[in-house]
Amino acid sequence: MLPVVEAPLHRIDATLAIDAPLTERWLVAFLRDELIERRRITKAVLGLSGGIDSAVVAYLCARALGAENVHAIRMPYRTSSADSLGDAQRVVDALGINVETIEITDAVEGYLRAAGDPDPRRRGNVMARMRMLVLFDQSARLNALPIGTGNKTERLMGYFTWHADDTPPLNPIGDLYKTQVWALARHLGVPVQIIDKPPSADLEANQTDESDLGVTYLTADRILSQILSGYRDEQIAAAGFDLREIALVRRRVEGTHWKRHLPTTALVSGTAINEFYLRPVDY
Amino acid sequence: MSFDVALVQFKPRKGDIVANLATLRGIFAQLIAGPAVLPQLIVLPEAAMTGYFLEGGVYELSYSADDFAAKLDVEWRAAGGIAAVDIVCGFYENRNGTYHNSALYATIGGGVPRVVHVHRKMFLPTYGVFDEERFLSRGRHLGVFPTPLGAAAILICEDAWHSIMPTIAALKGARMIIIPSASPGRGLAGSGMLESVERWRETTGLMASEHGVYVLYAGLTGFEGGKGMSGSSCIVSPRGELLESLDELTVAILRASLDGAEVDLARATLPLLGDLSAVLPDLWYDEELPLPRSVANDAAGR
Repeated sequence: MLPVVEAPLHRIDATLAIDAPLTERWLVAFLRDELIERRRITKAVLGLSGGIDSAVVAYLCARALGAENVHAIRMPYRTSSADSLGDAQRVVDALGINVETIEITDAVEGYLRAAGDPDPRRRGNVMARMRMLVLFDQSARLNALPIGTGNKTERLMGYFTWHADDTPPLNPIGDLYKTQVWALARHLGVPVQIIDKPPSADLEANQTDESDLGVTYLTADRILSQILSGYRDEQIAAAGFDLREIALVRRRVEGTHWKRHLPTTALVSGTAINEFYLRPVDY
Repeated sequence: MSFDVALVQFKPRKGDIVANLATLRGIFAQLIAGPAVLPQLIVLPEAAMTGYFLEGGVYELSYSADDFAAKLDVEWRAAGGIAAVDIVCGFYENRNGTYHNSALYATIGGGVPRVVHVHRKMFLPTYGVFDEERFLSRGRHLGVFPTPLGAAAILICEDAWHSIMPTIAALKGARMIIIPSASPGRGLAGSGMLESVERWRETTGLMASEHGVYVLYAGLTGFEGGKGMSGSSCIVSPRGELLESLDELTVAILRASLDGAEVDLARATLPLLGDLSAVLPDLWYDEELPLPRSVANDAAGR
């Protein structure tokens, strides 16, 4: 009898492995090109939350622009975890970047008092938008470009506040899944306390991303990468994934396409902007 | 005989042709100053003087081949170029109101600039990040033209991803394939190299070794709205050996001295092109091929 070798129906790369040194080199070049060469801006400003995404972006910015040209803003609300401030400080200490702390509690509460009794979701959105208001104002003060820190997983799952976290004109990690951000963080030398702690938007006490999403990042990323490659649910399930989790992830992606676009504008002419009149962002 | 070439891995400032030509003048001056011998051919990437992603801006930044050659000639002379030199450069072409993604082979310096050949990109990628055919018309002819090394052909970027293109060029006599390219880098899972660059390495190596041709690949570099052009210019021998290459992001000049005898030796060692020439009629006259019958019949002499 000859041995029989069966090929799979399709091959799925579920590892999402990246060449971290190559990724660093590419993203540092992206920041230098887009900031210094295209926009003639030498400084960056970013919100430093104490989480892994903004830590990785701080490391990339420091390597691209020099630590002295990176301005981190910590923007705690009264319910923010004390650990978040401490973890942000670890990044500042490791890199030697500039840091300021601007409390958003008074500004947020001032609005919330006039807004009745918003539910936690509305409160979270107000905080996220307040942080972006601060970031853009500080950008004008510092003559520094705001840098975004949203990753591909949360962008695809719609797990962000529209016109808040997604607003900065540059984002070096927006095409990296969360698990790839973890891999890059390890390569960059981000403090392990930040890499190992459960990711959290820190908008409510004891909140974690994975409990909000209903699926772990590792599973979500593997399912997302297959959805984006065009695989059907039954093909993904055949690769060993749970149909309920596949449905959850697909529902979040398909329900949030609008969050990944600019506002919908009524087209009434043959010169509608970005429909007929087409020029690239760097033209 | 040897043929000295210089590939320029260029990083344009988007849409600023004046600034980009000024940068090119500096590069010309460096080549003229030596100490290396003056190259006989300078190769620049696709859309080198404007950047690649222009969308509707192509209509504002396109030129006739003669006008574009004249611009290159002005810069060569301004840099101190007295002797004639051959140049390949990608540009957006306005051909009597029809717009193409083109690359010219011209002789500048010396007398009046002379356009030897214009290749108009035939495969316009219009998928994913690419949208060329929304703004441009495709070329309709793959030509070969004379150079000091012998016949050559130009394939622009995606043209070279279709293996039939270098095959036809080689069958028509090309001994050198010149590829001006603007390839957005993607795929981080490779080992030390973008996956898209790995594909280029495989593609250029295979076309060189299958047909016994030199391959000169000149890649654009720099980021355009988040899309990083992946450079990685390289020179591949007719035996398929990667003679030298640049990385993705460096602005640099890649030089080599090509030897026409290498083409003959490679073809003697691995006579795939000769074999194909012999078998081609049997393949070409196949009525199952999706060709207009009149064309197939003409080709068959029937």
